[in-house]
Amino acid sequence: MPWFEKQKNILDFTLSSLLRRKGKNLTLTTVYTLVVFFLASVMFFTHALKKEAAFVLRDAPEIMVQRLMAGRHDLIPKSYMETLKQIKGVQAVKARLWGYYYDPTNGANYTLMVNEDLHNAAGTIAIGRGVSQNLIGKEHGIMPFKTHDGSYVFLKIRETFSSESALISSDLILISEVDFRRLFGIPETHATDLTLHVRNPKELTTIATKIVQLLPDTRPILRDEILRTYDAVFDWRGGIILVILFGTVMAFILFAWDKAAGLSAEEKREIGILKAIGWETSDILLMKFWEGAVVSVSSFLSGLLLAYLHVFFSSSVLFESALKGWSVLYPDFKLTPFINAYQVGALFFLTVVPYTVATLIPSWRAATIDPDSVMRT
Amino acid sequence: MIQLMNIRKVFNTGKPNEFVALEGIEILLHPHQATVFKGPSGSGKTTLLSVVGCMARPTSGRILLYDQEITSLPERFLTEIRRKTFGFVFQQFHLIKGITAIENVMAPAYPGGEKYASLRKRAGQLLGLLGLSSKVSSRVEWLSGGEAQRVAIARALINQPSVIIADEPTAHLDTKLSKEFMEIMKRLKEEGKTLLIASHDPIVHESEAVDRVIEMRDGRIVNPGRFS
Repeated sequence: MPWFEKQKNILDFTLSSLLRRKGKNLTLTTVYTLVVFFLASVMFFTHALKKEAAFVLRDAPEIMVQRLMAGRHDLIPKSYMETLKQIKGVQAVKARLWGYYYDPTNGANYTLMVNEDLHNAAGTIAIGRGVSQNLIGKEHGIMPFKTHDGSYVFLKIRETFSSESALISSDLILISEVDFRRLFGIPETHATDLTLHVRNPKELTTIATKIVQLLPDTRPILRDEILRTYDAVFDWRGGIILVILFGTVMAFILFAWDKAAGLSAEEKREIGILKAIGWETSDILLMKFWEGAVVSVSSFLSGLLLAYLHVFFSSSVLFESALKGWSVLYPDFKLTPFINAYQVGALFFLTVVPYTVATLIPSWRAATIDPDSVMRT
Repeated sequence: MIQLMNIRKVFNTGKPNEFVALEGIEILLHPHQATVFKGPSGSGKTTLLSVVGCMARPTSGRILLYDQEITSLPERFLTEIRRKTFGFVFQQFHLIKGITAIENVMAPAYPGGEKYASLRKRAGQLLGLLGLSSKVSSRVEWLSGGEAQRVAIARALINQPSVIIADEPTAHLDTKLSKEFMEIMKRLKEEGKTLLIASHDPIVHESEAVDRVIEMRDGRIVNPGRFS
């Protein structure tokens, strides 16, 4: 097939052209790769965090009810459960006990949560894999906790669990109700918050309104609201990084434009020769298209691959403190890889397409010159 | 057969630096002959070759190539004619630096869509015929002047053109290499090629390979020459 052979021949010629200008093209590819790497890292990171959040909340109750005291979250009386059960459409109401515990020995913040499965296992805990990995002295199987009154309780590590999302298991400790109440001094009559299961999701807003009417000192929190807040927070963090990167991106655009758009005298001479020996304007443009495509697609793919490794295998070491926000707290966790095809596509069109076009415009100008200019030089 | 009828070529028309390069050119160029255009610098030799070789359009006048009128053809067709009919050897050779001799030879044939392997074989054979078998993979900037010119000749021949156009081909060659060049031209003529050479080098226009010498001055033909 002559058409196919022509493409192959011109691509072959393009590759040897690129190799001739190794210095220029290598610098360009490196800078290009770095820009794609940074942009893709931010993109992968924020998207993966949002996915993690969605995953964590997948099995969460539709509504949580918290009590407010002077505008702050306070313990909620269990007696409120009866009032909530009366609301039409509420399927079940449960009391939850959870909180945070700072462990000075390991320098880590843990989430402690009461698990009903541990009801008959007072004195023991189950810890997430992340907690286990950071624990000093875990070989003894005992974890000391300082209680609200300054005394210590020693809880036996019964098991280490893992989860589909590292975000869940990294800092989570499951504890029995008795131990939790003893640790934080919470009376039997109170819980951290209450959760509601609702049969019909369309009734959520109505039920939330009723809750506020019946129990004015509480606030209902819908699962969807939390998801939206997470999205906003992670988008905001990604946005901050993008603003920081903006300067770099602009510098790259100028650099790439200069390199791609400005043909050297040598390149112009070559275009003249190729026209003189029988290349059409379209052949020259095809060659320049391949040149732009080879540089931009290879940079795009390597930048994307590096970003993937950076985010999902090195925990975004380069800008984790800015993006995670709370990353100074241990334990650390690794993100589960999630890739959004739409975002990758957008990045492709924002980087590869403009560059390829930038290479074509000056080449088109050079390629439309009369071939006899070669005869006159 | 190439016929030029009342050809005029003006550069920078309508501008203060307007320049008439060719005026009233009437020639009939026969196939399988070697024609040399002789004249001082600025006499219009190179412009005439550009016009004949479909590299530039005349401002007015007509050109017939094997009885086909080509002056008014769109650029695409002119490029195709240029690629298939003419092979060019430029004064400065105009080889593409940084790539090998054989890649330079193959370059004019890439847009034709010929299979890479057969194209490479043919280019290798051409370089062999011109005594450059050992330089196939050498970069052109490493070649001597004579070798570079032979690469340029091989490149001119890759598309098997019927007409070879050479512009001041011996300008950068010493006497020995200039004579060698004319030997190659003689061989090509014997193979049936039509040769159009612009030169003011006596080695060229006094060569036994040359059939006709046309003298030019100030863009006009002052002596149409005779077939020897």
